[in-house]
Formats: sequence, C-alpha cells, structure tokens
Amino acid sequence: MDTVLLARWQFALTALFHFIFVPLTLGLSFLVAIMETAYVKTDNETYLRMTKFFGKLFLINFALGLVTGITLEFEFGMNWARYSKFVGDIFGSPLAIEATMAFFLESTFLGVWIFGWKKVSKKVHALSAWLVAFGTNISALWILVANAWMQHPVGYVIRNGRAEFVNFWAAVFQPYAILKFLHTIHAGYVVGSFFVMGISAYHLLKHQDVDLFKKAFKIGAYFGLYAAIAVFIIGDMHAAEVAKTQPTKLAAMESIWNTKKGAPMYLFLIPDEKHERNAVELFGIPKMLSILAYHNPNATVRGLKSFPKNDRPPVTITFISFRTMVALGTLFVLLTLYAFYLIKKDKLLDKRWFLKLMLYAIPLPYLACELGWIVAEVGRQPWIVYGLLRTSQATSTAVTSAQIIMTLVGFVFLYSILGFIDIYLLFKYARKVPEVATKEGGY
Amino acid sequence: MLNVIWFALWGLLWAVYFMLDGFDFGVGILHPFIAKDDLERRMVINTIGPVWDGNEVWLITAGGATFAAFPTTYAYMFSYLYTPLFFILASLILRGVSFEFRGKIESEGWKKFWDFIIFLFSLIPAILFGVAFGNIFEGLPFDANGYHGTLFTLLNPYGLLTGIFFLLLFLEHGALWLSFKASNSVAERAKSAAKKTWPILLIVAVLFLIYTKFATNLYNNYINYPMWFIVLLIAVISLLLMRVFMSSSFVKAFFSSCVLIVTVVFTGIIGLYPNLIPSSINPAYNLTIFNSSSSQYTLKVMLIVAIIFVPIVIAYQLWAHILFKKAIRKEDLEDKEVETY
Repeated sequence: MDTVLLARWQFALTALFHFIFVPLTLGLSFLVAIMETAYVKTDNETYLRMTKFFGKLFLINFALGLVTGITLEFEFGMNWARYSKFVGDIFGSPLAIEATMAFFLESTFLGVWIFGWKKVSKKVHALSAWLVAFGTNISALWILVANAWMQHPVGYVIRNGRAEFVNFWAAVFQPYAILKFLHTIHAGYVVGSFFVMGISAYHLLKHQDVDLFKKAFKIGAYFGLYAAIAVFIIGDMHAAEVAKTQPTKLAAMESIWNTKKGAPMYLFLIPDEKHERNAVELFGIPKMLSILAYHNPNATVRGLKSFPKNDRPPVTITFISFRTMVALGTLFVLLTLYAFYLIKKDKLLDKRWFLKLMLYAIPLPYLACELGWIVAEVGRQPWIVYGLLRTSQATSTAVTSAQIIMTLVGFVFLYSILGFIDIYLLFKYARKVPEVATKEGGY
Repeated sequence: MLNVIWFALWGLLWAVYFMLDGFDFGVGILHPFIAKDDLERRMVINTIGPVWDGNEVWLITAGGATFAAFPTTYAYMFSYLYTPLFFILASLILRGVSFEFRGKIESEGWKKFWDFIIFLFSLIPAILFGVAFGNIFEGLPFDANGYHGTLFTLLNPYGLLTGIFFLLLFLEHGALWLSFKASNSVAERAKSAAKKTWPILLIVAVLFLIYTKFATNLYNNYINYPMWFIVLLIAVISLLLMRVFMSSSFVKAFFSSCVLIVTVVFTGIIGLYPNLIPSSINPAYNLTIFNSSSSQYTLKVMLIVAIIFVPIVIAYQLWAHILFKKAIRKEDLEDKEVETY
C-alpha cells in the first residue's frame, strides 16, 4: 500500500482517538472549576463532594488525552517530513508556544490540584483548577491557530523552497483561526455539559445523592445551554468563513455540483460522486444555501464541477459528516433549552424519560466533535495546506510503508486496549455514589 | 546570532528534560526492586506523582522547539529515527497512563501488571534516548539520496554504550531522588542502591568519554576552543562530588546529579556545534544550525516568547517542587482526605 494513504490513515486514527478525550478536558475542566468555586463561595460540602466526584472522572479522561497528544507532535516529523520541512517555519512556532504557554500551566497545576488538597489553601486550590482550565483552552488556541493556517495560509511568503512567516500575528488573529478556536472550545463545553448532565441523570434516576446531582445537573444545563447556542452561532459564522476561503470544501459540505446564484438548500440529499450529481434532492428551501454561506439570498455558490477534478475533496463523507454534525448541534440546543425550562419549573425529577434521554445522549456531542474534524480535514483534501501543498507531496521519503504499517498496527493495538480500559474506568467511577468515591484512599 | 542562541536553547531544553524526567525514569525502573509491598510501591510512585507530568512537558517543548527553530532537522531527525521514536512514544504513553490506572481497580493482579508496565516502559525510553543521542553524536548515514540506515544501524556499539550510560545516569538520579523523597526503609534501600550504582556509572562514564574520542568528532571543538573543557570538567567534578555527598547529604548528591546530567548533555551539544545532526557519510550534508533553521523572523518571534514565558514556567514549577518537597510517609498514603496515586 502506498505511504501517503497509510500515513493518512495513521494520522486520522491517532487524531480522532486523541480527540475523544480532548473535548471533555476542555469542558469538564471549567465545570470542575465552577463546582469548586461554588464550594469556596458557599462552604457547602455538597459542592466539595461534587468537585471530587467529577474531578476523578476528569483525571481518568485527562491521562489519555495528554499522552495521545504527544503522538501527534511526533507524527508530523515521523510520517510527514516533507510537510514539516515546508511549513516548519510557520507551523512549528504555535506548537512550541502551545507547550510553553499552555502545557506547563496545565500539567503543573493539575499536579497541585490532585495532590495539594492539604498543602494549599482552599482558594489557591480552586485557582489551580481554573489555571488547568485556562491551560487546556490556551493549548486549544495555539493548535487551532496552526490548523487554521493549514486551512487558510496567511502572513507568509514562499522563499527558499518553503513557506516563511512575514507576519506572525496575521496567522494568529485571522478570522479563520479565531472562529475555529471558539467553535472547537464551545463544542468541548457541550461535551462536558452533556457528560455532567448525563451522569447526574443516571444518579437522579436511581435516587442517589439527589441534592448533589440536581445541583450538578443544573450547572451542566446552564453551561450547556450557553455552549450549545454559542457553538451553533459560531458554527454558522465559521461556515461562512469557509465559503469565503475554501470554496471546494464548502461545495463538498453541501454537495453542490453546479454553480448557482441564489442556491437552494435541500433538506434531504444523496450525493452521487461518480456521475457528478446528486442522486436524490428533496425538500428544497429556496435561496437558503446562499443565505447560510454568504448571508445574502442572491449570492452565487460555486459548484464542484467548476473546479478541476484533482482539486476536489471526497464529497460523500464530507457532506454526511457536515449534515450530521449540524443536525446534532441543533438537537443540543433543543435539549439544553428543555433542560433549562425543566429546571426553572422545578420539574426535572418528574420527567424520567428526559433523564434517561440525557443519559443516553452523552456520546452524541463526542460524535459531533469527531464529525467536525472529519469535515475540516477531509474537506481540505487533496491539500495538506490549502492551495499550497498537496497531501501526496507531504510524506516522509525516508520512511517505508512497512514501517508505517508497523506503527499503525502498534497504535491501533495500544489505543484499543487503553481506550477500552479508560472507558471502563469512566463507567466504573461514574456509577459510584460520591461519598464512597471521596472516602476511598487509593487512586 | 539568533541561530546560535536557539542552538543553546535547544540544548538546554533537552538537558532540562533529561534532568527532570530522568529521575522519573529512574524511579520507574527502581520501584519494583526498592519497594517490598503495595504501600511502599505507592510511596515510590507518589514521590513523582505531582511532578512527572510537568516534567514530561519539557520533552514536548524540546520537540516543539526543534520543529519551530530547526524544522529541517526536526523533519529528518524524526523520520530517520522512526522506529526508536515509536518505541519511546509507546513507552511514554504506557508509563503515563499506568500511574493513573494502577490504583483504580482493587486487585493484586491488576496492580502487578501496571507495576511491570511502569518498570518496562521507564527502562526502554531511558536506554533509547541514549541510543538516539549517541547516534546523533556519531552522525547518521544520510546524503543527497536520503537516509541509508535501519534500526540495526542505530544499535551500533557506541549507540548502545550511550544508551547504557543514559540508563545509569537516570538510575542513579532516581535512586538519589528516592533517598530523600521516600521515607524509612524505602529511603534506606534507595540510598544503598545509589551507592551501589555509582561505581558502575563511573566506569561507564569513563568508557563513554574514551569511546567518544574514537566514534565521534565531538572533541574537535574542545581542542580548537579549550575553554569549553570547563563544561566537561564540571561534569567530572559533579560526578565525583555526588559520591562525596552520599556520606553527608543525599539532597546535595541529587543536585550534583542534576548538574551532571545537564553538563553531560552540554558536553555533547558543544561538541556537535554547529551541527545538529552530522552526516556520517559526508560532512557536506551535515544538518547545521544555519542550513536547517527557520527564518530570522520566526527565530526572533520565538525568542521573545521564550524570554517571556520560560522564566514564568520555571517560577511556578519551582514553586510546585517546593510545595511537594516533603518526603512521602506511609501515613500520607493512608489519609483518606488526601488524593494519592
């Protein structure tokens, strides 16, 4: 098999696996910090137990997110040496800054948070939780600045056979980077909120520690409502930015083949890549696509056929991923709105069906995050840096396909086992009643 | 000038990484031998519990800085050293999760399994980092047509000797760390391990210095600029002082070990200058700090970031180390209100 395909599979699998753990870290870190702050402010022991309960789950999740992140940093050099050489002047700096500004903060204060319960004051302890949360979110900023540059390169010149920075800040503050960052962290907040709500729902259904889990559910619901709405609005702006900067990706996301002025949006559509058309188009909303993409009903949306065949991304997978993500995003707004309403009316405990629904909804925001990355990365193809460097020109020349197969098998084997154990432990500790969890010495 | 500064910083990042994660590796390798029961094993693991994660970030930073400052070196170093890097990576992953997983299920077999994982996957990277650096000191077989080596060319005598040298440095470092961070019988066993390891370390260090003369060109810079011998001299003095301090203060011995590791790394780095990775086939293809670096603009931006943030990082990491400076006692591990591994 050819090295490009193998390297792509390896990156896709290791990145998607890494991103099972990252969004929860992004969201739950803030939620735990909020819980602990509530404890410091109210001196109510319930919040302390809540902090420790969700804190433990946070740590089980964090461990795997951390170690699988190192893989990605190494992988650029190992499998994508020509890419690294071409973009290193630009791409390396955000990675180095990420480590210096964020990872140290995150890991050092996580150590203080885990082991410092009796070593620092309550306030400093809560502050550590906030610093961990800021650290994880700052790290997201820098890695997404780097990714945004791959999507929409700015602030560079081509010199000495590679891309070189002429304006660092242009890459940091370009709208693509800011929108991508905000969209991604809020998606993480949704994951965290649904996690807290779902686990609280489980215990509420069993009538365990009702006071604690009602409070936790409320924190999750409020934070989740904010996050779900924010993800939705920012996502809309992000898609408009994609329309402006990556027309091939947008065309694939919407599976639009022919360029159209005032393009409609079909609620149901089946792409037919082979014949460069859609096999089925149903329930069209006139001009809707032009409105969504350009915020103008008469805007022209370029179709895939207006691009050379070898510049087009895979359509079906991009389209389905995008559609499903948007549908899920809409569902999250509705669910959190209803949760908010039930809490306001104090009817949460009466609606057992809703609690059950929220328990089984835990995986959905994860799925939405993964789909989002598939849209972002598959939709960028055949480019590794949009318009500048093709993915097929980016791999390591010194590495053979046998080597990539070996590491690919290694990662799949290792990650499957670790993923299984981690999820098993999350289930185990999520089911425990908090008092038991706090009193237990070993961890 | 910027290239030289970044070369020094590059060396410093690796040196600090080995100084910090070095004792984690040592502790990980020693723990099944130094601890006799579960409580003692937990004591050993908890001496590094609050800090191992922050220590490992120095590796990520060293990797990131290589990428940012010397992208061509990053691209070649990581793709040429493909297989050892994969094993290092897998080891770091397994070691990292094992601290977290080990205590999560109350079962003898489960804990034994993760104890073994901690041991094995502290041992492998400790050796492999040495093998990798030994090979960088020697130079890798590459020219205009790319790389001509395999995993087995890396496992040459000098590479293996450097691997064993690094292993012993980290073992000694970890034993010294445990001799004042653990308590009672565990600390006693650590002290005796430190004393027993030292003569072997001394012998291997001498062998390394001699073999370096024949296997590498590292000494050329020293002969041309003899003032740099001072770094080598500090390394030798700290190796000797380490043993002297073992009869009075193990904390001081540990700090000597820190100085030793940093100066050993710098002994190699100074010898490499101006190369990052020499070509063992033809010096014309050497990856130098000039032909493999980023643009001056990027180096400048990165330097500003480093000047602002690295001191902040050092400040709060020091604070955290001081916060957890007390030795771990068995009572601490039995306290239900305190979280431990």
